[in-house]
Amino acid sequence: MADIYTLGIDVGSTTSKCLILKNGTEIAASSLIPAGTGTSGPGRALAETLNDAGLKLEELAAVTATGYGRNTFEGADFVVSELSCHALGAAALMPGVRTVIDIGGQDAKVLRVSPAGRLERFLMNDKCAAGTGRFLEVMARVLETDVSQLAEMDEKAKGVVPISSTCTVFAESEVISQLAKNVDIRDLVAGIHASVAVRTAGLARRLGVTAPVGMTGGVARNAGVVRALEKELNAPIAVSPMAQLAGAYGAALYGFKKKEG
Amino acid sequence: MDERKPAKIVLRELQDRIAQDAWDAKQRGEKVGWCASNFPQEITTAMGIPVVYPENMGAAVGAKGGGQRMCEYAEGMGYSNDLCSYSRINFAYTDLKRCEELEIPFPDFLLCCNNICNCMIKWYENLALELDVPLILIDIPHLDAMTCDADRVKYIRAQFDDCIAQLEEITGKKMDYDRLNEVMSISQRSSKAWLRAVGYMSAEPSPFSGFDIFNNMAVACVGRGTVEAADAFEQLADEYAALVKEGKSTFKGEEKYRILFEGIACWSNLRFTYKTLQSRGINLTASIYGPAFSFLYSNLDELMAAYSYVPNSNCFEKELQLRVDDALKNKVDGAVFHMNRSCKHWSGNLYEMERQFREKTGVPTIVFDGDQSDPRCFSEAQYETRVDALTEIMEQRKKEAAQ
Repeated sequence: MADIYTLGIDVGSTTSKCLILKNGTEIAASSLIPAGTGTSGPGRALAETLNDAGLKLEELAAVTATGYGRNTFEGADFVVSELSCHALGAAALMPGVRTVIDIGGQDAKVLRVSPAGRLERFLMNDKCAAGTGRFLEVMARVLETDVSQLAEMDEKAKGVVPISSTCTVFAESEVISQLAKNVDIRDLVAGIHASVAVRTAGLARRLGVTAPVGMTGGVARNAGVVRALEKELNAPIAVSPMAQLAGAYGAALYGFKKKEG
Repeated sequence: MDERKPAKIVLRELQDRIAQDAWDAKQRGEKVGWCASNFPQEITTAMGIPVVYPENMGAAVGAKGGGQRMCEYAEGMGYSNDLCSYSRINFAYTDLKRCEELEIPFPDFLLCCNNICNCMIKWYENLALELDVPLILIDIPHLDAMTCDADRVKYIRAQFDDCIAQLEEITGKKMDYDRLNEVMSISQRSSKAWLRAVGYMSAEPSPFSGFDIFNNMAVACVGRGTVEAADAFEQLADEYAALVKEGKSTFKGEEKYRILFEGIACWSNLRFTYKTLQSRGINLTASIYGPAFSFLYSNLDELMAAYSYVPNSNCFEKELQLRVDDALKNKVDGAVFHMNRSCKHWSGNLYEMERQFREKTGVPTIVFDGDQSDPRCFSEAQYETRVDALTEIMEQRKKEAAQ
């Protein structure tokens, strides 16, 4: 029987993630372009993934779009919310996971996943998007570093400088005033991560935390945030190396399941 | 064949006529009032005193696209953007004395009743100072029990009687108690017919698109003491009954899912919030907001009690029970909770209401941020993502139930 290739594309607010699954299990190719909806990102991610897999668009059994830009992505066979896709993807990448925390570029979500990997219920951040990926980018800029360096700085922290403001703009001012006091920048990074953790843990507690807990989305790559969240929730958090691709993985898997009937 | 105009047209025309009547009365030199939405309208209707409703104006201005402009103007006057957007629109109108979307005649007196909103007292006190007009308040104590007891009835009744005396002095019009009995009787016809109409939402499919409630309820608020309103609501209920009999609905498309919509509509984003649901086959079949504008009683004391059963005046347990009963009766598959940033009462307990509602009904729920008339609090993408995920969960549950 011929192999079935399904593609999932997660068009986020700040990044575009694309992934091709072979027969619903094996990753044939994936790509991540740091440009989201409304940019060249989705098209580049699609082209790069197809190229890496050595496939043409017409050879795909299904294309499933998800993410913030899912409705504007042209050529999708299926359009599915990122909530369902992250649940599916997380369950496949971290078998048995029941609670998924997904922090993306501009929102944070906590999902309850059924033992079969289905989305049971979810909560998202309210009107304020503080504590999301964009929040960390703003803070990294103030600290004159790159967001990818934050985890390493956090690891070397000896203390935690508390950041109490939940508003990104106010927190930025607070960080600047702490810098003016010459506090250790690594302790400040730990404080920034703790503020994200407190906010996200509040959302998780409202939903109810059922172990095992896993994390997806770009912020899951930041081990400092993951550590702070583990401390806040008093529970270990699993993170897949593919965490940022979990939505695209779930979308590709959704397409495969649909094709399989 | 019924040659009458459809009830929704009759209701719209009646709403326009009631508004025009107030303008005409003002023109004749009669005293006109501004009135809170759940004030006992029996008093003013029986006395023939025209009143207009700033809350309805706030909703209409929001729906017609003027909410942000008016709110921003009020904020420029010094009012906080945390205040209710209806009040901000009203404060802006009070200062500007004009509004391109809708205007109402300026008041000679104010009638406030806090059963719909306790913060409204401050809104109306402020108006009384700004406009230098008398304010009459009927204070309905928050109901911390499931029923309204005799002491509360006595307390409300005393204010009711005092309000009549004050209005007689302000307007020069006398209360005719036979006419009051007649208005009470007409109001019962209207309320019962309106409840019968919205009660048909329990049919499968519901005979109408649930968002129609948000349009038709205006008359339930401003004109339920009139014979024309009673006739129109009875006609509306009959029309729905006929649709149920034929298995038809005014909802466009197949009614795949049925939801409870919690809270006031996002008037500024009404079309988007509706279309997002309708395009996914989701019909609103439960809401406690529309039916809130009906009051059932058989005598004056019961009237007092009825006005303390306005949902926002009830204890949490009673409010929760109303929603759970409504959801179960109308067989909903899910619920959409509007975190209405304008309304401190509604948003204050919303998370807990959502949690207990979900646990008691077992249906999936979502919460979205918005506002009744300030579009700056609403995000289309955030709303759409939540609705999509809710749809996917409801779809999955239907599949599992069918297996």
